[in-house]
Amino acid sequence: MVTKIFGEFRENIPKTYHEYLELGFSPTSLSVQQRWRNNGLSADFVADYLTTFLPVYDADGNNLEKQRDVKNTINYIANELLENAMKFNYEPSEEPIKFNLHLLQEPSTTVVLAVTNGISPDSLKKLQAFIQDLLASDPDEFYIRQIEKIARDEIVANSGMGFITMQNDYQAHLGWKFSQSDHQAKNLTVTTMVQLKF
Amino acid sequence: MDIRAIEGENYLVQCDEQTATITFEGSLRLSGPDAYAPIAQLMRDLLKQGPELIKLNLRDLRFLNSSGISMISKFVIRVRSEKTVNMIVVGSQNTPWQGKSLKNLQRLLPSLEIILD
Repeated sequence: MVTKIFGEFRENIPKTYHEYLELGFSPTSLSVQQRWRNNGLSADFVADYLTTFLPVYDADGNNLEKQRDVKNTINYIANELLENAMKFNYEPSEEPIKFNLHLLQEPSTTVVLAVTNGISPDSLKKLQAFIQDLLASDPDEFYIRQIEKIARDEIVANSGMGFITMQNDYQAHLGWKFSQSDHQAKNLTVTTMVQLKF
Repeated sequence: MDIRAIEGENYLVQCDEQTATITFEGSLRLSGPDAYAPIAQLMRDLLKQGPELIKLNLRDLRFLNSSGISMISKFVIRVRSEKTVNMIVVGSQNTPWQGKSLKNLQRLLPSLEIILD
């Protein structure tokens, strides 16, 4: 398939001169239900880990409140990305789920979180349609529209509330890349990327 | 006094029918609408009793994932459709997600009162 990119996506972030973390999950080792609690544990860990390196201060030179805020933001977003990857990973493809996080100083602080998972052709179509709708809509109006749909039971699991809240409540910049797997050419993968500027 | 509770590994949800208060504590990261169904049912049962004012106490809810936000949003829309029921949400300034996400509920139900202390 031809690689497709939506939203704000950065490729080839060099692994030099900055902090980064990578986590890998083998999709065949445990069921989604059995591994569900690990999403929270992983999100808690990466948020706590990153806090050490964040040079953030508020107007009074005190960084505790700001650190708590940044930590909460990274925790929420890491958790949402991992939950989505576990839920929508296409298990027959046996693609590993890869999560990574980069702390860039360029010179302002940017945190990049990304997760890659396998995706079925059907889910790919649905996700691309959702992304196009999200990117073309007013964020506040889109939130109301999706919530009203959920309330009327028109949509259930794949409501996209994770992406909407990341964008609206946490000022996250979202991007997606759809491509062939690095492991097996027949597999499709999606990488979801979130950038946060502090 | 009747108090119903739902407890999980990292969370506790309690409904006090006498005061029409639902209290959430801990960290809620359940996997989706099915996993949240018992909590959603607890909330609907309270609404069915037709209290004048429903209070959600989220002060000690440190974390709520987007599926949980969807569940609470959906409940707010149910309250809106009842018309005779008012709702108040109590939270904490010290829990950053509450300051960021709770205000959205007011867009669904403008009469909703949110107190972050």
